Amino acid sequence: MVALFRAATYAVLLAGGGVFADILYKGSRTVFQAEAPFINTTFLFSSPESLHVFEWEGRRREMGDREFRAFREREPGAADVRAESFVYSAGGIWPCIAGTLLLVAGAMSLALAVGVSSAVYLSEYARDGRFIRFVRLAILNLAGVPSIVFGLFGFGMFVIFFGWNVSLIAGWFTLAFMVLPVVITASEEALKAVPQGLRAAALALGATRWQTIRTAVLPYALPGILTSSILGIARVAGETAPIMFTAAYVVRDQLPWEVERAVDFLFQGVMALPYHIYVVSSKIPQNEYTERVQYGTAFVFLLLVALVAAASILLRNRLRARLRW
Amino acid sequence: MPNQTTASSPIVEISELDFCYGSVPALHGVNLAIPARQVTALIGPSGCGKSTLLRCLNRMNDLIEGARVVRGSIRIHGVDIHGPEVDVIELRKHVGMVFQKSNPFPKSIYENIAYGLRLQGVRDRARLDAVVEQSLRGAALWDEVKDRLQQSALGLSGGQQQRLCIARTIAVEPEVILMDEPCSALDPVATAKIEELIQELRSRYSIVIVTHNMQQAARCSDQTAFFYLGRLIEHAPTRDIFTSPANPQTEAYVSGRFG
Repeated sequence: MVALFRAATYAVLLAGGGVFADILYKGSRTVFQAEAPFINTTFLFSSPESLHVFEWEGRRREMGDREFRAFREREPGAADVRAESFVYSAGGIWPCIAGTLLLVAGAMSLALAVGVSSAVYLSEYARDGRFIRFVRLAILNLAGVPSIVFGLFGFGMFVIFFGWNVSLIAGWFTLAFMVLPVVITASEEALKAVPQGLRAAALALGATRWQTIRTAVLPYALPGILTSSILGIARVAGETAPIMFTAAYVVRDQLPWEVERAVDFLFQGVMALPYHIYVVSSKIPQNEYTERVQYGTAFVFLLLVALVAAASILLRNRLRARLRW
Repeated sequence: MPNQTTASSPIVEISELDFCYGSVPALHGVNLAIPARQVTALIGPSGCGKSTLLRCLNRMNDLIEGARVVRGSIRIHGVDIHGPEVDVIELRKHVGMVFQKSNPFPKSIYENIAYGLRLQGVRDRARLDAVVEQSLRGAALWDEVKDRLQQSALGLSGGQQQRLCIARTIAVEPEVILMDEPCSALDPVATAKIEELIQELRSRYSIVIVTHNMQQAARCSDQTAFFYLGRLIEHAPTRDIFTSPANPQTEAYVSGRFG
């Protein structure tokens, strides 16, 4: 029997390890390079372009859009060269990185603001009754809703009804609603974990209910709330379905902040890493050129989520060290 | 609230108090006058209602769902504390409380003491400094912590933490201090220090202390009230309760035959 349990555990390890090894191996070939600066800065810090592959003077050439155009103007006789083209296989993924970071920051801020407020209400103010039990049930159910349904909800609500179109802000709200149940449930747990004695002490010193929460409860629940939002961050960064109708552009030449009017920052869509992987991977035919971008993007994506999570964990640990009981 | 009581006149008057947790009665017809600037000990076996009565005095029971005063009144300086014009926040500044389990905030020693004043919006650093020192001296803790005011209060020993809680309470200058078994989690040495402190505090504050420790009641209180099954059985000067109780139940309890 033990052998079976052990085998199951190793199977998980194998699957996980396999996925990571595959992405790390293939992705690192795109992201790193042999010559200085050893990091493929073009891939990380430029916009995606089409890749053109062709034979020229007996040699195989690979060029991005701009390079190819310049080449055809420069070289006599190159104007009618026949090249195979692969979209998004040249250039880089900088707009996707920026877009994903913006989506995560905005959606998490919204979700934390709404979610923590709601958790404060549920754990500190609301009296347990039929209505509150119903609310909890609703939150629980919301957590189980497939992300594509949130995508459709966001599309109907924010994109169409509010008329925000496919935009950064529509993505923020859609993603925020998606992680809200996680944030509420976990924040409530964190609030409940604060010793009752601290509340009693504050009240006995003449604090109002709100003063008690603000000064003797919330600060000590913060590390727990942050812990839970780390899971939320991974989900917000990773989900493709909620943003494909609400926030993600297949391609956008300018970066999110390169806008004429400030409001356009909010009301324009962005590129995003998970959606870019989807777009690139759904191009047919697949070949070595598309593979580079897919794995490179996946690699960067994993790294980014890991970095954001690590930053949150560091922040939490610093808070914890300051507030120990 | 006017402060015109002399040492012997009551500061708190409880009359015909009935109290319930939901449908469960906890106190029946309690009449008790608590004298100003004396120590009144509430004793009795577990579940007799002494802690309930204590928590009525600063309305901490308001926080418990279904808990309510059914009949009777509690007057402090003649003002009914359940009256519509009474602000419960204001009441708790006048009636401070020290809990069974010491509960310092996970902040510095300084910030723990300053907490009550900060709630009231005091920002003046010099005034805060003065109150912190004064309160810590008042709680006989100053000499032990004066060099580490900025360190966490959680680094203090159990007895020091409890004295910190007392210091935190007197920092908001209450008239009455309620103590709910303040020594039950402490060793004998720490307990002796707290009892000593209570003796010092009684010249300035009216203290009501709930205790399970009969010797403690005998040692440090002026008046003792014995409760049993939600009723006040006997209330008299402490010496009388312990040497010549009027009621046989009181005698049985203080001599250790039950409870």
